[in-house]
Amino acid sequence: MRKATKVRIAVLLAAAVAIEIACRAGIIKPYSMIPPTQMLVSLVKLFTTSGAVADMKQTLSAVVIALTSALIVGFVVGAVLHAVPRLRRIVDPLLATYYSVPIFVFYPVFIVAFGLNAIPKTVIGFLYALVAVVINTLNGLDRVPVVLWKTAKAHQLGKVSTAIHIVFPCAAPYLFTGVKLAIAYAFIGVIGSEFILSSGGLGYRISFAYNNFQTDVMYGLMLFVLSVVITVNMALYVWERRLMKRRGER
Amino acid sequence: MSDSLVVAKNVTRVFRSSGGMTDVHALGPVDLTLDNGEFFTVVGPSGCGKSTLLEIISGLSEATDGEVWFDGARVRQAVPPGVGIVFQEDASFPWLTVWENIAFGLKRKGVEAREISRLVDNALRLTGLRSFATAYPAQLSGGMRQRVCIARILVLEPRLILLDEPFGALDQQTRLIMGDELLKLWRETGATILLITHALDEATMLSDRVGVMSARPGRFLDVVTTGWKRDRDSRVVSDPEFGKITSHLWSLLRGESIKAISDQT
Repeated sequence: MRKATKVRIAVLLAAAVAIEIACRAGIIKPYSMIPPTQMLVSLVKLFTTSGAVADMKQTLSAVVIALTSALIVGFVVGAVLHAVPRLRRIVDPLLATYYSVPIFVFYPVFIVAFGLNAIPKTVIGFLYALVAVVINTLNGLDRVPVVLWKTAKAHQLGKVSTAIHIVFPCAAPYLFTGVKLAIAYAFIGVIGSEFILSSGGLGYRISFAYNNFQTDVMYGLMLFVLSVVITVNMALYVWERRLMKRRGER
Repeated sequence: MSDSLVVAKNVTRVFRSSGGMTDVHALGPVDLTLDNGEFFTVVGPSGCGKSTLLEIISGLSEATDGEVWFDGARVRQAVPPGVGIVFQEDASFPWLTVWENIAFGLKRKGVEAREISRLVDNALRLTGLRSFATAYPAQLSGGMRQRVCIARILVLEPRLILLDEPFGALDQQTRLIMGDELLKLWRETGATILLITHALDEATMLSDRVGVMSARPGRFLDVVTTGWKRDRDSRVVSDPEFGKITSHLWSLLRGESIKAISDQT
């Protein structure tokens, strides 16, 4: 284990121990926060509660659908915009200002359009994740050196073969950034939507626990969300580092 | 003419401008014939269209006027099989090992795995990269990465190798050594080589013939025959004839280089 990793873990553990002590000593009131060990116990308990497990499944499946769609559509849109510069010039200002639009305000519209089910929150997760993928796909494709496009021609590669064997591997680090951001945005979109109006899912369950003073349930669920997001991002981070190391980048 | 591998006739390139800008006549008309197994180098001032000529001969870009023939067939908007190109910029694939880089073209052609292995190992030996087979380009020097690119085209056994200032980014000593290696590969493969360079000493040392181009629009002012033996190497730099040829090239180019610089300023 590298020294930086050891230090990072030590800092996190120290913070957890400090909170534990502060909670146990009554410095932090139990209705504000419960000790981390109790959060862990609560999380384990939640796995045996059928309602909580159903909410976890509902949220995770919405995130997976939103994310997968955003990745597919985002890569295709990015590739098309890169191939058609005129279209890109038209769309560029919209992409640049996209995240200034609070997409959540459209939630009622989506409920009217799709009904009070999982679709509106999935659409919001998708819309949040989509542009991160488009922007990073464009960024990656822009950075494929001209000499590699020429090399593809020199090897008599067709368009598909050039994309598979040269363009995408070359742009991979930037596509990766898009994937990482898309994961975060898909979670934000879906869970945020569940907080507002949904009648199910982790966001709804956390909100319900908060309104009914079920602090242990609330923190258990929050710990679950954090664990999932951090685990997925860490796995991608490790993979990305391995890729970058091969290329002589840190 | 039956021994000619490449024939370029009346090749001209004009870059059309838009928005009221004037068109740029970059090259030509140029005639060029490359014989089988020949080492031909093109020198000329900056911006005279040397690389444009190489791209047109390779099929990477199209001539505005004129035509190019390779091995009896017209070259049109595509690089014909049997032509390998090495660029000035590093074109190694950073996500692949040296071995995988060299095997790239063979895999795309669907060559059998055992044959790929044999050809790649042979190319690694020829280019002195055997002990770096599992390394990634990021772990290699600039000269070694250029060797990877050369090896990547050598395994495809091209009949024509086009080199666009491949040693431009390397220091003088490395360039001399790379020049020796290139001559060795040229002898062993029997390929025809067209080299683009701005280095007159490199042109003199490596070539059978050197084509000297004018400032833009590039045309051949003269084609100088060096008269070196086929088994030459970098030691020709100490031959009195080397100085004479290089000096002659410079006498042809000096005025053109001054013209090119004054056109740019």
